[in-house]
Amino acid sequence: MTIAVQPASENSVAPKVSARASTFLRVSRYVVVRVLTLFVTVVIGIYLTIVIANMGGFVDTIMKGEIRDRVTQTIINNPSYQSMEPEVRQQLIQDTIAAEEERRGLNVPIAVRNVRYLSNALTLNLGRAHNMTSDSGSKQVRLILLERLPATLLLMGISQLFLFFSSILLALNLSRHYGNFWDKLVVTLSPTSAVPPWFYGIFLILIFAALLKVLPFGGMVDSPPPSNPLDYSLSLLKHLALPTLSLVLSSFFLSIYNYRTFFLIYSSEDYVDMAKAKGLPSRDVERKYILRPTLPNIITNFALLIISLWTGATITETVFLWPGLGRTLFQAIGLYDIPIIVGSTIIYAYLLAMTVFLLDFMYSLVDPRVKVGG
Amino acid sequence: MNALKNSLQKLFYYPSAVFGLFVVFLLVLLAVYAMVKIPYDEAIRLWRGGEDVWYQNPKFAAPAWINYFSAEKYAESFAVNTRDGSLSSEFTPGAEGTSTLIAGHSFNFDYDTYPQDMILYFTSTYAEKQPFISLEWLTPDGRTVRIANMAISKEFTYRFAQDERLKTRLKTDDIIASLFSDPETGSLMKGEYQLLITGTTFEPGSTIDAEFVFHGQVYGLAGTDQARRDLMVPLLWGAPVALMFGLIASLGSSVLTMIIAAVGTWYAGWVDELIQRITEINLVLPFLSILIMIGTFYSRSIWVILGATIALSIFTGAIKSFRSIFLQVKESMYIEAARAYGASGSRIVFLYLIPRMIPLLIPGLVSSVPAFVFLEASLALLGLGDPVLPTWGKIIQDANSNGALYRGYYYWILEPTVLLMITGLGFAMLGFALDRIFNPKLREI
Repeated sequence: MTIAVQPASENSVAPKVSARASTFLRVSRYVVVRVLTLFVTVVIGIYLTIVIANMGGFVDTIMKGEIRDRVTQTIINNPSYQSMEPEVRQQLIQDTIAAEEERRGLNVPIAVRNVRYLSNALTLNLGRAHNMTSDSGSKQVRLILLERLPATLLLMGISQLFLFFSSILLALNLSRHYGNFWDKLVVTLSPTSAVPPWFYGIFLILIFAALLKVLPFGGMVDSPPPSNPLDYSLSLLKHLALPTLSLVLSSFFLSIYNYRTFFLIYSSEDYVDMAKAKGLPSRDVERKYILRPTLPNIITNFALLIISLWTGATITETVFLWPGLGRTLFQAIGLYDIPIIVGSTIIYAYLLAMTVFLLDFMYSLVDPRVKVGG
Repeated sequence: MNALKNSLQKLFYYPSAVFGLFVVFLLVLLAVYAMVKIPYDEAIRLWRGGEDVWYQNPKFAAPAWINYFSAEKYAESFAVNTRDGSLSSEFTPGAEGTSTLIAGHSFNFDYDTYPQDMILYFTSTYAEKQPFISLEWLTPDGRTVRIANMAISKEFTYRFAQDERLKTRLKTDDIIASLFSDPETGSLMKGEYQLLITGTTFEPGSTIDAEFVFHGQVYGLAGTDQARRDLMVPLLWGAPVALMFGLIASLGSSVLTMIIAAVGTWYAGWVDELIQRITEINLVLPFLSILIMIGTFYSRSIWVILGATIALSIFTGAIKSFRSIFLQVKESMYIEAARAYGASGSRIVFLYLIPRMIPLLIPGLVSSVPAFVFLEASLALLGLGDPVLPTWGKIIQDANSNGALYRGYYYWILEPTVLLMITGLGFAMLGFALDRIFNPKLREI
């Protein structure tokens, strides 16, 4: 979970007069270099994804074969073309195939197309999907992704935010009562997080949907969706319960364990003992002496959490038939829909780069030892 | 080396480590047993086999042992054959080259559910005149039901449930249920049933062989799936595949990560810079999506997926934590000494830096095994499992796509998931204990 930015502290002995100007210079130089390296990283990452997404032209062969099959079938089966001369019909087939290949851009060499994908992706010009459509019928990648975004935000948001805050609070509590029953229980149960969320999902479906029949097997709302907003949200909650629970369960104990260990390491520092010896209330000790120095790590984890909201949980969404981004990406891969694959990757890459960049500044805000670009 | 030994001895102070070791040991035993019991080629043949291999089994049958726990007893499956004598038969020559076959099988039907199906497979030899067969069904209350009279070809299959003439004669749609019911009450009747086959051949040397296949509701130790396959095959073979995938992937990725981190720290300069940049690029690449793409577009072979997994897992956060430790080790005195006697760079990396890290490598290696085992199962669940190998993930995928949870075939999904869960927990618990032993900072807490 550690990320590229390890802030270095430095004791610079700059003259007081030019301190401001030199700070500005240092920071701006740092910003430029950092933004450039991050951008290059994103460009290379996206280019690699594009190359993998068409397997060096292998996917073209599949798509061309598919187009040929489909066009030939439609034209041969169309009764109004039955009376045509075979040569004319053959010509029509060839023309339609050529038009279709041009529409998909298959007539352009792969290298050129890769660069075109790349520049479109970098300018967030996501373009049109090959095969997939949004529920409202649009082929715009932007609309398809936007349509699935709320579902993923809802599921991931609730589960990840709950996980984040509850594990920090519980971990603080446990670190205070180190060695008691609950602490030992969490330590014992922490290996359960080796099991991925969809696995818990299967068990939860088995118990609550198949055996007890109290919660639905999957989906996002009842079908047909209730028109009354209250009923709609109730139905949504009912469908949300199992996937959220499985996402939370699968990382709950390990997350508490990690934070707890982390807090324990920091609470064994000398200055914490000193604060306790001074007779500070334990609340203050916790806030000012234990939480404060761990803040950079907590912020990093929170930032990564925000990014994970975007990626969704492909397999959990697939198991629960949740119409989110993760499942969309999986479907897009199955349909060789490169624009969607590239589109969702570029947004992830940009979000990650931005977070990494912002984190540098956040560190310097919460930790006085850290200097930006120092 | 002695220190390593001492540390490993400490494992036995941790109950979770003992449990983990026990699980890993059992898994290795299971894997060895699977490979000895069902050799690779045989396993593939069975797993890929269709009706010709598995015709004797019912579909969607739960394991037979559920009868011990269930108040309702499910009919068990069996198959008997005249060739090996399990279906008793008598062949008596008669006048003018004809012969008579009388075969019968009586069995005690003491269950609360109807069987799925009953099928008779005949094989006969003749030159011109087809043999003639008549079938009779003897019920516990002494009735004799005439089933069918027919001439049979060289390979002939008689399916009780699909005989339209019998349906009209018995005035029912469900022949199997009707055969096992009391005609007055219509309820299931327990007791001794008998199938009687009388055959006549019309040529000297002409023979008839019959096989009676009884598809119950339960089968064997593990049950069967939609293609009548015995789930025992993939359950057994899942163990070596999961162990192989998990161990090779975690060993490969963590050892390579360590070597690359060591090389980077030692040579510093542009090598180090390059490694750092690659790590950042790798962070941008969507790991699961790339594996899905490779599986969808290119190859589902477990070796290709394994290679891709290792390649994508090398340049991760772990490389940074290794690097920070190597940076400290690099400054220690014994490295200084090695440098002083003129040791080469590669000698220092492989004989001085890396051995120092092995204790730190072990816990991470063991702890990352479950992630890879589950990754294989996850890919299988998405339909990207190896097309040839029987694995636990493939069972879950089959069960899931056949609506096992929805239709109540719980055994089908529980067997592989419980095995996977135990495997994951075993390695995770062992890894946790190792982490506490080798990581002194944690040990104090």
